[in-house]
Amino acid sequence: MMALDLFYPRFDVVRNRERCTLCGACISQCANGVHSRAEDGREMLADPTRCVNCQRCVALCPTRALKIVKSDNAVQENANWSGKAIREIYRQAESGGVLLSSMGNPAPYPVYFDRMLLNASQVTNPSIDPLREPMETRVFLGPKPQAISRDASGQIESRLPPYLSLSMPVMFSAMSYGSINYNAHESLARAAEELGIFYNTGEGGLHENLYRYGNHTIVQVASGRFGVHPDYLNSGAAIEIKMGQGAKPGIGGHLPGAKIVGDISRTRMIPEHSDAISPAPHHDIYSIEDLRQLVYSLKEATGYQKPVIVKIAAVHNVSAIASGIARSGADIIAIDGFRGGTGAAPTRIRDHVGIPVELALASVDSRLREEGIRDHVSLIVGGSIRSSTDVVKAIALGADCVYIATAALLALGCHLCGSCHTGRCNWGIATQVPELVQRLDPDVGARRLVNLLAAWQHEIMEMMGGMGINAIESLRGNRLMLRGIGLNQKELDILGIKHAGE
Amino acid sequence: MREGQVRIPSGCAISGIIDRSGTPMSGEAIIQSISRMHDRANGLGGGFAAYGIYPEYKEYYAFHIFYDDPSVKRACEEFLERHFDIINLSKIPTRKVREITDEPLIWRYFLLPLPTRLADSQLSEGEYVIKCVFRINIQIKGAYVFSCGKNMGVFKGVGYPEDIGRFYRLEEYQGYCFTAHGRYPTNTPGWWGGAHPFALLDYSVVHNGEISSYDANRRSIEMYGYTCTLQTDTEVITYLIDYLHRKRGLTLSETASVLAAPFWQEIDRMPEAERARYSYLRNVYAAQLITGPFSILVGFTGGMMALNDRLKLRSMVVGEKGDRVYIASEEAAIRAVEPELDGVWSPEGGQPVIVELYGRET
Repeated sequence: MMALDLFYPRFDVVRNRERCTLCGACISQCANGVHSRAEDGREMLADPTRCVNCQRCVALCPTRALKIVKSDNAVQENANWSGKAIREIYRQAESGGVLLSSMGNPAPYPVYFDRMLLNASQVTNPSIDPLREPMETRVFLGPKPQAISRDASGQIESRLPPYLSLSMPVMFSAMSYGSINYNAHESLARAAEELGIFYNTGEGGLHENLYRYGNHTIVQVASGRFGVHPDYLNSGAAIEIKMGQGAKPGIGGHLPGAKIVGDISRTRMIPEHSDAISPAPHHDIYSIEDLRQLVYSLKEATGYQKPVIVKIAAVHNVSAIASGIARSGADIIAIDGFRGGTGAAPTRIRDHVGIPVELALASVDSRLREEGIRDHVSLIVGGSIRSSTDVVKAIALGADCVYIATAALLALGCHLCGSCHTGRCNWGIATQVPELVQRLDPDVGARRLVNLLAAWQHEIMEMMGGMGINAIESLRGNRLMLRGIGLNQKELDILGIKHAGE
Repeated sequence: MREGQVRIPSGCAISGIIDRSGTPMSGEAIIQSISRMHDRANGLGGGFAAYGIYPEYKEYYAFHIFYDDPSVKRACEEFLERHFDIINLSKIPTRKVREITDEPLIWRYFLLPLPTRLADSQLSEGEYVIKCVFRINIQIKGAYVFSCGKNMGVFKGVGYPEDIGRFYRLEEYQGYCFTAHGRYPTNTPGWWGGAHPFALLDYSVVHNGEISSYDANRRSIEMYGYTCTLQTDTEVITYLIDYLHRKRGLTLSETASVLAAPFWQEIDRMPEAERARYSYLRNVYAAQLITGPFSILVGFTGGMMALNDRLKLRSMVVGEKGDRVYIASEEAAIRAVEPELDGVWSPEGGQPVIVELYGRET
């Protein structure tokens, strides 16, 4: 029967024997045990069945002797039965289990960000040079009550409900302590502070050493309530209720007991080695009025000093859901698209449930405007924002801000191998194995995150200047700055944009 | 092709004259002033707003309406009769000018909302009037209300502004404040309603520029019940001003610091209380910020406000002589009517110039 389960590995490990010095770096770098030394010590061997193509050995090989290539083994496949589909059948026939995957939806669905083009000014109005003129990217997140009140002297009273102030419309999205490790969290926290933005704890509590970054922290409350206590809630600048996640709408979470060790166990407030199961729904929220109660419970617990974010996955009726949330007392809505990443999700869910965030955003923004309640909430979108142009296009569609997570992980060294759920991340991010964790230096990690967003900010300013816009608020919802390319009329209508050439 | 079907950027000339003592002047001066900037327009739109011109009807809303044909006029008048007391109606007097052709029917009505209908609507009088204007302009095809304020009126059409002024016999009107507009659209619409000024109640706006925040502004203001039918900057700017000044109760200078907000680098240097106020305005009214080039003259009852975008990407000059204040795209347009000025200066970007009748200053 064994032969039925065996299939040729997806990757081949190619070693240039002339360059290889038998130093053994590849052996020590690979936590998956791909590389080994032959018994006689005169040759390096590889077991490609263990390889996840994380590129760690390739990057760390001092003589550039290694490369990983896609296997050219000709699996019998056709347009209906892809190699992937066949392989998955074999795996399930063997295991009887649900297929698991990590990171975002890799399937070839349309990426609407890549089907939209930006505008630039010419002749009738000038572009603005960001090197010569102020180019403003500061944003506020929170409700905007339009009525003013004045004091006895007639001056406007400048009191507002709690809000977040950001130097640029980008934040680090939720990734829990546990799914990623302490060094990754510290990198995110320090970068958020230096950049004047926020990172998000995800559902895993907040390590006590990181409370000092609280002014740049969004603390999350999810269905498992792991790590939630009054000090935690009050330590952050905002509280996020996670109702859904783009990578796995309708599904909860499961951090295996093997990862619940030491500080993670303490921070999550659960015993070591117990599985951390986040239920699919919040069991105290079966309807919108229940959500309202949780929003106000959290506000009561924090003295109405923190804005509350409600995060939802982009699903078919997302605009109706968002409209309900905008009336629930929530201050900010975060929408997570179906390309958003995850540490682990059932493959079928990740690849087939939910909708693209571009469509969800356009439809929510339009709906809230039609109902006259767009000012009641700010909108954050994520899943997946890959570049500064995605940011600009999301803002122009109507977002106030974006969340990035996969992009941040890439900056920290992630090579998108999609094996987070194995817990053997060779780049020291999605692992709790001490010798792997130490591969991520928070000094380096924070610097690379700051570099990434500083670069994006420059690019955002350049694009804004080109459009003749010198304040980000004038870009928000400014859909005339977008044109569709290769989209049908229905898609254009939903996005609320014209086609290129119109 | 009409405004509203496509978005048409325009270059322009603007000019305004106000006598702070309230002494009436004829429309002759403003025609002279705007005609000096003939080359800033291309003959595809010109117009004027005049304040204080209907003293005998100053309690009534003066509707100026374009009709495509007499049947539309009947339909529109039926609507007006259902919603208003019609105190007076007449053709707006015009003269034949060789350069001005294809004019629509142009009528003027002095109106008061019917008290019962107004009470039933539970709206303020201003809101009621605006709602009626929107209904006519959107629902009655071929009718277009282009002026609906009290003791003021807009006169506009397709042509060079000086020809439009003569066509409307503007020199026969006496007012304390006039603004004017010469249009240089980058397209060839031939519709009179698309000319400027754009007006709503007593507010009128003439504008030179092309704002880059247009769609952000439009989508924000449409949420508050305004309908942008023309796709022009001037229309959306007028609605922003009406929303902020009339509906939200911001002062004119607060309105200006929303539309052309100070840069954060300035706000961050302000004393505490002031910084809090400006930050508040930028936060709450972020969607009403206008970016990209503009210079506007806003007419209102009792005054006029000039405002440039915050980078001053369009020229605008102020001149003073005695009680009179002149504001125009070019100094030449001021010198054309007042060669000897007490002073002349260029306001900075984002710095509003608010000129009001004596005794009305805020």
